Amino acid sequence: MIKFEQPVLSINNLNKQFGKGCPSCKGSNEDSLKKNYCPVCGTVYACQNIMFEVYAGEILGVVGESGSGKSTLMQCLYFDQEVSSGEAYISSYKDGKTDVFAESSQQKRYIRNHMMGKVYQNPLLGLRINFTSIGNIAEKLIAAGNRHVGKMEARGKELLEHVNIPIYRMKEAPKNFSGGMQQRVQIAKALSNNPPLLLLDEVTTGLDLSVQASVLDLIKTIQRELQITVVIVSHDLGVIRMLADRTMVMLDGRIIEQGLTDQILEDPQHGYTQHLVQSLL
Amino acid sequence: MRIEYNFAFFDEGSKREIRRATLKAVAIPGYQVPFASREMPIARGWGTGGLQLTLSLVGKEDILKVIDQGSDESVNAVNIKKLITKTTGIKVTDETSEATIIQSRHRIPEIPLQAGQILVLQVPLPEPLRYYEPSELETKKLHAEQEYSGAWLMLFEQIMNYGTMSTGADHPAMVHDRYVMAPSPIPRFDNPKLNHSQALILLGAGREKKVYAVPPYTRVESLAFEDFSFEVEGFKNKYCGLCGAKEVFLDEMLDDLTGETFYQCNDTSYCLQRLNQKSAG
Amino acid sequence: MGYVAVKGGIQAIEESIKRLKYERLKKGTVLKFQQIEGGMRCLIDQVMSESSLYSETLAAMAIKQAEGSPEEAVFLLRAYRSTLPRKHYSRTVQSEDMSVERRISSSFKEIPGGQILGTANDYTHRLIDFDLNEETEHDALEWLREYALERGVDNDQADLSNLPKTLDYLREEGLIPTFEINSDEPDDVTKESLHFPTSRSQRLQILTRGQTGAVTSLGYAALRSYGALHPTVGELRIGKLPIYVDSPFQDQKEDEDAYYIGEIKVTEVETLFPAEVQKGNGEKEIEFEIGYGICYGQNETKAIAMSILDRCLETANPEYPTHNEEFVLLHIDSVESTGFISHLKLPHYVTFQSKLDSVRKTKK
Ligand SMILES: Nc1ncnc2c1ncn2[C@@H]1O[C@H](COP(=O)(O)OP(=O)(O)OP(=O)(O)O)[C@@H](O)[C@H]1O
Ligand SMILES: [Mg+2]
Ligand SMILES: [Zn+2]
Repeated sequence: MIKFEQPVLSINNLNKQFGKGCPSCKGSNEDSLKKNYCPVCGTVYACQNIMFEVYAGEILGVVGESGSGKSTLMQCLYFDQEVSSGEAYISSYKDGKTDVFAESSQQKRYIRNHMMGKVYQNPLLGLRINFTSIGNIAEKLIAAGNRHVGKMEARGKELLEHVNIPIYRMKEAPKNFSGGMQQRVQIAKALSNNPPLLLLDEVTTGLDLSVQASVLDLIKTIQRELQITVVIVSHDLGVIRMLADRTMVMLDGRIIEQGLTDQILEDPQHGYTQHLVQSLL
Repeated sequence: MRIEYNFAFFDEGSKREIRRATLKAVAIPGYQVPFASREMPIARGWGTGGLQLTLSLVGKEDILKVIDQGSDESVNAVNIKKLITKTTGIKVTDETSEATIIQSRHRIPEIPLQAGQILVLQVPLPEPLRYYEPSELETKKLHAEQEYSGAWLMLFEQIMNYGTMSTGADHPAMVHDRYVMAPSPIPRFDNPKLNHSQALILLGAGREKKVYAVPPYTRVESLAFEDFSFEVEGFKNKYCGLCGAKEVFLDEMLDDLTGETFYQCNDTSYCLQRLNQKSAG
Repeated sequence: MGYVAVKGGIQAIEESIKRLKYERLKKGTVLKFQQIEGGMRCLIDQVMSESSLYSETLAAMAIKQAEGSPEEAVFLLRAYRSTLPRKHYSRTVQSEDMSVERRISSSFKEIPGGQILGTANDYTHRLIDFDLNEETEHDALEWLREYALERGVDNDQADLSNLPKTLDYLREEGLIPTFEINSDEPDDVTKESLHFPTSRSQRLQILTRGQTGAVTSLGYAALRSYGALHPTVGELRIGKLPIYVDSPFQDQKEDEDAYYIGEIKVTEVETLFPAEVQKGNGEKEIEFEIGYGICYGQNETKAIAMSILDRCLETANPEYPTHNEEFVLLHIDSVESTGFISHLKLPHYVTFQSKLDSVRKTKK
């Protein structure tokens, strides 16, 4: 893996809490928490002191048990949730010198429309379920400034073909699609304007094994072809093993271990990771 | 118990408040200014927004024209005129060029408006993004951030589904390169008349409590794609059966006896004026 | 000689208006305001509440003109209200000062000051009273005289204008949270249109002037299924509240300088909703949260439904439309909903022609 000087995305000290906190848990004093939860006031510390970098063309895997904060992290990265504190730098935005979390919501929207794509764990959040499938893809293209119907339609068709949605169903609304198809429409949408950064949250969860394999293949092919940078979240280490160059392990809102995927699989340091790896074998 | 109504129905304080909202609307072309819309003696949805604007502006010297669907004689136009004259005693006219204030529902007159005139349009649904986003709080943010993908997406969906932009009336327009506005349900035929209009155009939505404006000589561009241009309703090779006018908005009529379709000017006062000129000349 | 426009429109309208008058008068009877004020108390209360204009006389006039249609009467009063400048705001009204006519609690059998059933339909059998057919004014006077005598014997000693609030009792026990008095100037929804998210004062104003049926239906929906709240009526009280305005000439706003300008009859409801709260020691406790409803006149169902919706909108659970403030507040106003629905009767020739053109294009 060649690392370039500047990471595509770099996250510094990201914190996200749900709830106000109380004297007992302020400063997220680990001893006072049950996992990531304050039993006194009910505040959830979903992400704590998250720091990492992703480099161009790299696939970064995020693995961790249910509730460990993976989706929350992805929501923060895509500006769906406001972070409680922390900074983020994106190399394609103002030379990577400006903290994007501190930008106006208009700027955030711009970054999201032009520089990112995301597949949500829940397709209802990522799609306009009653609009046509091709319209769903066009929404992202329009948001990035496209105003040519023919070109957008052609691009939409190309992408739908790529994700194996038959073109003759492109005018159908995703509400009539199966879960796997919805996920694939989301992938097509996320890829539509060749974003330098792609965020994938549990893209294969809930899909049967054959579809799962074809979606993973698809991601791999697309990533190789387009050389995009990917952050992929899964609680399934199998998925991570297949795709990720590097992996971060999350537990109770914290990163407990990160490194090359092979390394983590062969020589896990943290007890939780060891347990996870064992169950995979 | 008998109480006399004030000139132009409202108390002076209320009028002043509506004028303040109007001034703000003129200062920010296309921006929907919220105002404390009053209940009127005519029903919500029957032109109370327009009526409030007219009543707040009207002075003793003004000459008023009211049209509904192109007709000075339509039930609702007559009703509104009656209320305004009853509470002001001002002069009314059917002639577009003679009027200082023209209140209208669903049409802009065929005779070009002149500097110094005010056109007041009645608006049922002021929000061009409502189809895309049901929440008022959200659409307010979208306007603030100049995020109009939703308006374009609506048109894109129409093209995908029907092969053409199928907005009937109320085709959205960009005002002064900043705000997308609902021009009220005027036919597409009238949209071009908004652009660089010599007259001040005010739009009032009573039930939704918004006022917005197109000041004189403001750029108003109907939304269209690079490869799907904006088209007005076509009345090719058709003409008014009474006055012979071409290139005007025509009403389609059915002859009771012959069962044949024929056409008539929708703007009745325009038609009448042409008939009178013909018979004089 | 030139052409003239066909004046059919004007004439047709005039005929229609005449027809309306004919329908009102055709049986040869003319209703007197006094008859409406005397015999249609509940309709007057409903109309005043939905109009948010407190005047029995004006309400009676509107009801007469509207031939008893509440929708139409409210419309008339609201339009009239638009011509009235707002010159003063009253001083804050304390509902402890109410001169109580009816007061019940379904939470406690014994409340300080006692339950007062007062005037209510609740305890009647809904059987049509055919005797009313023969009722005469003479009978009425006779009955009133007897009733006065009867009441004279059993003179009530309680001071009905200083009854404690039932909820204070729970508050002292710490079963409902206490809050600081909020003395912020309330927003005035008649002066400034709603902006979301709304303030509580805006919500309460829109709810209290909501259409009785609409408020009741949405409150019922929240009770039955959407949120499945089951509140208890802590206290429902009906009675008259004195209204004071500050002297416009004095800078110092002292109580004794304020002017008494009259009294209004209101229904006030406080409902209790059990809710889980997390306490400092890590344990969960049940506390009561409160829903508040208040309406002009005696409008008990509406006031209770209002208190339910007040609670719903405070909780703002996104799962239910009854908890969504845009859904509730933008759709319960009588003038707005009836107006927009009735506008469908207006001609839509131009829009329809335009749509026709689009439809034809899609067929090509
Ligand atoms: N909107 C919210 N309000 C309150 N708590 C939340 C919210 N969203 C997430 N949480 C809490 O944050 C924690 C992390 O949730 P998150 O969805 O990020 O987990 P996850 O790692 O993606 O789990 P899964 O593998 O099940 O998808 C959980 O304890 C969750 O209850
Ligand atoms: Mg998740
Ligand atoms: Zn805490």
